[in-house]
Amino acid sequence: MPAPIRLRELIRTIRTARTQAEEREMIQKECAAIRSSFREEDNTYRCRNVAKLLYMHMLGYPAHFGQLECLKLIASQKFTDKRIGYLGAMLLLDERQDVHLLMTNCIKNDLNHSTQYVQGLSLCTLGCMGSSEMCRDLAGEVEKLLKTSNSYLRKKAALCAVHVIRKVPELMEMFLPATKNLLSEKNHGEILHTSVVLLTEMCERSPDMLSHFRKLVPQLVRILKNLIMSGYSPEHDVSGISDPFLQVRILRLLRILGKGDDDSSEAMNDILAQVATNTETSKNVGNAILYETVLTIMDIKSESGLRVLAINILGRFLLNNDKNIRYVALTSLLKTVQTDHNAVQRHRSTIVDCLKDLDVSIKRRAMELSFALVNGNNIRGMMKELLYFLDSCDPDFKADCASGIFLAAEKYAPSKRWHIDTVMRVLTTAGSYVRDDSVPNLIQLITNSVEMHAYTVQRLYKALLDDISQQPLVQVASWCIGEYGDLLVSGQCEEEEPIQVDALEDEVLDVLEGLLVSNLSTPVTRAYSLTAIMKLSTRFSSVNRIKKVVSIYGSSIDVELQQRAVEYNANDLLDLLGGNDVVPVIQTTVPTKPASAGGELLDLLGDLSLTGIPPMTAYNKNGLKIEFTFERSNPSPNIAVITIHATNSTEADMTEFVFQAAVPKTFQLQLLSPSSNVVPALNQGSVTQVIRVLNPQKQQLRMRIKLTYTHKGSPVQDLAEVNNFPPQSWQ
Amino acid sequence: MRFMLLFSRQGKLRLQKWYTATAERDKKKMVRELMQVVLARKPKMCSFLEWRDLKIVYKRYASLYFCCAVEEQDNELITLEVIHRFVELLDKYFGSVCELDIIFNFEKAYFILDEFLMGGEIQDTSKKSVLKAIEQADLLQEVLIYCYIDQVDL
Repeated sequence: MPAPIRLRELIRTIRTARTQAEEREMIQKECAAIRSSFREEDNTYRCRNVAKLLYMHMLGYPAHFGQLECLKLIASQKFTDKRIGYLGAMLLLDERQDVHLLMTNCIKNDLNHSTQYVQGLSLCTLGCMGSSEMCRDLAGEVEKLLKTSNSYLRKKAALCAVHVIRKVPELMEMFLPATKNLLSEKNHGEILHTSVVLLTEMCERSPDMLSHFRKLVPQLVRILKNLIMSGYSPEHDVSGISDPFLQVRILRLLRILGKGDDDSSEAMNDILAQVATNTETSKNVGNAILYETVLTIMDIKSESGLRVLAINILGRFLLNNDKNIRYVALTSLLKTVQTDHNAVQRHRSTIVDCLKDLDVSIKRRAMELSFALVNGNNIRGMMKELLYFLDSCDPDFKADCASGIFLAAEKYAPSKRWHIDTVMRVLTTAGSYVRDDSVPNLIQLITNSVEMHAYTVQRLYKALLDDISQQPLVQVASWCIGEYGDLLVSGQCEEEEPIQVDALEDEVLDVLEGLLVSNLSTPVTRAYSLTAIMKLSTRFSSVNRIKKVVSIYGSSIDVELQQRAVEYNANDLLDLLGGNDVVPVIQTTVPTKPASAGGELLDLLGDLSLTGIPPMTAYNKNGLKIEFTFERSNPSPNIAVITIHATNSTEADMTEFVFQAAVPKTFQLQLLSPSSNVVPALNQGSVTQVIRVLNPQKQQLRMRIKLTYTHKGSPVQDLAEVNNFPPQSWQ
Repeated sequence: MRFMLLFSRQGKLRLQKWYTATAERDKKKMVRELMQVVLARKPKMCSFLEWRDLKIVYKRYASLYFCCAVEEQDNELITLEVIHRFVELLDKYFGSVCELDIIFNFEKAYFILDEFLMGGEIQDTSKKSVLKAIEQADLLQEVLIYCYIDQVDL
């Protein structure tokens, strides 16, 4: 029986394969040989075969048939076997495998082996991938080794204990006695690092341990001091800094111990200041220590001078050529910007410069930090930078940036005009990236900026003429034109410098109709533009043209459009009243944004004066009561504005509530969106809706209303005439 | 540290050390994805990135990428030093280490890593100490091969 080929030989052979198929063939051949070797229980070459299997596993090939062989290797007395066996176990036998537990006994024996390197192997394996059961079984052995005088084993036992505690936190207590002298001077410095790691793990997991170990603060401070002041120790030195790994771990433990504790924080104040000022910053390693120091200063109860020192270190980091340093600075500043806002503000211009960095992660952090730093004083300058950033940044950022800009503008806008201009800028530069909810929010903003309506609609109209591809912009523009189309064509403007836009009714309708047919427009956009066209029938004189357009869409494939068009033509109300004294009801819908009675509506409808017309009850039956309140719209005295208030005195909600109305031919009626379609039970709230009635001939107002809703699971429908309008509402 | 990966610029895995229990299938998926992400990075970008819910620290040495996934509270800058220390150990051991050394002696690379880190934490901050331990273990292996007839090398 020829000896199985050597590991290096196999590697060399496999690397000569020119194709994936060739490689697979070689692998399969070798696996077959290895399999038969395993079957023959060959002890001599088991080690070699498993090693080859591990190589093939790394290439991505299955190696599960070698799992049991790893166990046999571990159980062997040969050192090479154990070395490869434990390696194989760590690579192939994680705790999800059934055979994992079979290792326990071997590990237990090896933890007590006469050779420390064998003990080391078993400690390492247990400490890297031991399961909870295994940890439970072997914790006692680990604890024993934690108390040995052999520092080679002691440091490994400490890290193994860390793993045990992570897997089985309840076992933490049993390691407590062994920690007693971990930091004491008589220990060789070798075990300091792992001791600190163990102590850190225990303090992080248990508040009791934390209080218990607080007394170690003076000792830790002393050790750190010695490290900084001590002479050159080539073994532990990195670029002239003594044992930076240990320094960082001590700083981290100090952070945990000092957090929320005045005395501990005070005890470490000096050493932190010392490290912060004396650490060499020319290389990464020094900055790593400074970084950890800053984190500690910010987390404990440090005095303000120290905090400012920390923030200034971060500020200096921002100017460092090394982008890694800039990255951690921005991350840390982001964490502290809430608590130390003023100190971070001082570095604002440097942070803003980072928006121009080439690295994506740095840019993102700089953006988040910039938004956190915007306030009433710097809004103009900051917004300039942020808008410039929005123009040039990656598409991944645009949505977040746009949202951030909207938020900041809302909070700190110095003027309404600036606010609208900013919004416009975002819509025109990043219009396709703004979030869906921005559209109703922006409509709300524009609605509330009463004095800017003309300016806004003119600017939006101009933007539409340039570009109809950005949907959110198009949607907001359509809505505005629908609402304020009269201001658009009249050319009046509140601002001193009116925008030069000549908009005739027909041109405006051309634009809106263009949106309907353009294949750049989404269905939602089409709905907006159709609605806008319909609304304009009350504002423009070209009603026939509008009716024609709308009737085309009465048979549109798009159900949404069809529905709107049909509502416009109100065929169902024709049936309702069975007669000819009916006029189309134009339902306008402002998507998603509910209107409530009062403030918003007052703005929506322009300047109003409450004329003292008494409210009336229009309907009161089966627990549903509908009251009408009146306002008169000032610019057009022929328009009466009625707000319906629907309340429900029964003990069940009225859901899917829809209010419809029809008026005689000489009137025109417009129904706006209801506040909701649920009338809550027991008068706990009301549904409100606004009706505008145009009554140019000043005839006596009368109305037919239709109510539909679902009550206690059953649909309800009712018709009623409303004839008791107070004379002032129509005279 | 959750895991450490070593891979070539062609996306060939040279070493993988996992410090948390993860299913084989998931390991393969994560390795594939992460390699793609890291290999797509341009040279001027920083050594840190966020991937899934982890912080990734990576550094390229010649043709090999050293890539670590660390916890939220870990110091990224010192992780770079940890990676560098590992490279120094390999360099001292193999004498001007190159990728081929790691390919042909992968088991030794693992032995060195397992002497340097346990559970993702440094066992000994002295370079000399770690190298000495490896040296002694290697010696033990050789001596035993020399003495025992039925023990062979790989």
